[in-house]
Amino acid sequence: MRGDAVLQLDHLVIAQDAFRLSADWQVPAGARVALIGPSGAGKSTLLAAIAGFLAPVSGRILWQGRDLAPLPPGARPLSVLFQDQNLFPHLTVAQNLGLGLRPDLRLSPDERARVAAALERVGLDGLGARRPAELSGGQMARAALARVLLRARPLLLLDEPFAALGPALKADMLALVAEVAARTGATLLMVTHDPTDARAICDLAVLVAEGRAEPPRPPTALFAERPPALADYLGPAMQ
Amino acid sequence: MAGGAGTIGGLALLLVAAPLGAVAWRAGGLALSPADLAALRFTLLQAALSALVSVGLAVPVARALARRRFPGRALLITVMGAPFLLPVIVAILGLLAIFGRGGVLNTALAAAGLPVLSVYGLQGVVLAHVFLNLPLATRMILQGWQAIPAERFRLAASLGFTPADSFRHLERPMLIQILPGAAATVFAICLTSFAVALVLGGGPRATTLELAIYQAVRFEFDLRHAAGLALVQTALGGLATLAAWALARRAGFGAGLDRALPLAAPGGWRQGVDGAVLALAAAFLLAPLAAILASGAPGLLQLPDQVWPAAVRSVAVALVSALMTVGVALVLAEARAAGRLGWVELAAMLPLATSGLVLGTGLFLIVQPFVPPMILALPVTVLVNMLLSLPFAYRLILPEAQALQADYGRLAAALGLVGLARLRLLTLPRLARPLGFAAGLAAALSMGDLGVIALFAGEREATLPLVVQRLAAAYRNEAAAGTALLLVGLSFALFWAFDAGGRRAAA
Repeated sequence: MRGDAVLQLDHLVIAQDAFRLSADWQVPAGARVALIGPSGAGKSTLLAAIAGFLAPVSGRILWQGRDLAPLPPGARPLSVLFQDQNLFPHLTVAQNLGLGLRPDLRLSPDERARVAAALERVGLDGLGARRPAELSGGQMARAALARVLLRARPLLLLDEPFAALGPALKADMLALVAEVAARTGATLLMVTHDPTDARAICDLAVLVAEGRAEPPRPPTALFAERPPALADYLGPAMQ
Repeated sequence: MAGGAGTIGGLALLLVAAPLGAVAWRAGGLALSPADLAALRFTLLQAALSALVSVGLAVPVARALARRRFPGRALLITVMGAPFLLPVIVAILGLLAIFGRGGVLNTALAAAGLPVLSVYGLQGVVLAHVFLNLPLATRMILQGWQAIPAERFRLAASLGFTPADSFRHLERPMLIQILPGAAATVFAICLTSFAVALVLGGGPRATTLELAIYQAVRFEFDLRHAAGLALVQTALGGLATLAAWALARRAGFGAGLDRALPLAAPGGWRQGVDGAVLALAAAFLLAPLAAILASGAPGLLQLPDQVWPAAVRSVAVALVSALMTVGVALVLAEARAAGRLGWVELAAMLPLATSGLVLGTGLFLIVQPFVPPMILALPVTVLVNMLLSLPFAYRLILPEAQALQADYGRLAAALGLVGLARLRLLTLPRLARPLGFAAGLAAALSMGDLGVIALFAGEREATLPLVVQRLAAAYRNEAAAGTALLLVGLSFALFWAFDAGGRRAAA
């Protein structure tokens, strides 16, 4: 489901202490983009800048032609899942989901029904009254994804939220991500260490290495070409 | 939120800066009389002696607590926090019951035909300060001991260190780093001593600057003199606070992986000495409390009439100032944790450099041209108590606010959880425990405060500590003891209620 460019990184430069990263490219609507590269290369930092936690040094981040700079994180047209701490431990699962509809949690009966429906859709029906500590790691990831469904923002940023899960569970979650993205029509940007993840659900890949995030291209093309930075990262065993 | 935090921080700063400015303006230079110089000398002497004795006695107590395990150890450490919550006037009455002219000790000495000891003057002031600060010094030094990784003691044991070797290579370096900060902290606290000097000191040879300020306002009606003394007190307090801050750094002993290893405690005579040290320290700290309980209980049933209105005033002042303290401390800590407004730290910590009498004198100077200060006794007491508790509350809340920001700040921002919704759904539930503890502490400190209220209050504005002091000064000992017991009970009850409330609300 490719469309016109929605997310544009326009001569973007971000910096944190001595670290610098530049990017100048765009992403079409509905694309599923993997950010791949060695740890410390700046994948998470790039997501943080798009999400609004880090102001660019120069350049702009545009959504449908509009500069996102003046918008605080919660007002940007996106949802983000972090590596951990995606749920508040002192709120119930249903309350954590409800935050996606109304941050002050004054939910109408209709909104409560939508929370219940979202829980059911990710396979957590009946668990709304529990606290996150009473869920397994996979169930917590599902709850966070259910909130993404409720927020229904057009851009979804994943900063390796499934890194702590086993391979089978992670594959399940990626399939669920693909389903959620398809259902909400969202454009997806996900950080990953693992080329398998990139191939599994992504149609574009961005190599982040040596201070640069390169323009997206199809994963097959990227892995076939194996630019030196990627080859260094993947190592000789990977073919 | 940023604008609100800036406004509140600015107001807190103004509430300290304006009285200091009034003091400096009215003092019009430093001209100290011989009596003022004597007060300055006595203030420094008693604070230095109090610091040295408190820290000197705290070292063996902390060492015994660090290396011995026995039933009741945790309880003993908890009880050692009690003098911090104990109203100073009550502590003094307790000490008088043990060490006073008709106290337990002198009765025993007289029965044995020995000369009796006087608890008034320098030795009495130092005794009371050691009683009030020994627990604090012990806790600071105990933290130093616990900061030595257990691996170091294991290594020492494997190398066959004797206790003297361990002391030389592990304990002495730690003490060299910890003791100056502990001593400077106690020194700074004792510099601002008012209630102790009011009851146990006095006269030309045992007057502190704080007491001299009080006398200048209440008896000489010489506000210019009071302002001059307050200026000296502020300079002294500021320097001492800075020194304590600079010296009270944490000892660096490298990383330790496992602190659960029990320290290898030497046996033999050292075990006996540790036991004796702990027994003596516990007796010294608990006997005055027990004396208050014993002497106050009979008087509790027939308290004088002025006690009950004073109790109501005290509780009201404590509640309002406690709520204001945690409110301001929370706003400032949240702003600091979010990385905004670095200067709010100054607003939160500046009161440490002042004292109740200094702030009181400044506010007295400001309001006196417009209204009789007596009318404002209670509001001024609320404000000053709030300011004096603010540094403690801020220090308690800040690390928790920083952890909250690190753990959930991004998630809350990503979900648009801001403003009042953030306060209600995130901050209050997650910080309920430190907020409750800080509110309890502020309420107890306010309940026990005998400083600014003495400066302002007439007959009809007195709070409980002032009533206790007046009853004791009139030698109505039974009524004073009963009122003191009521005061302790209310202080601890308020502390407990806030602390337990915070624990219960903690998610």
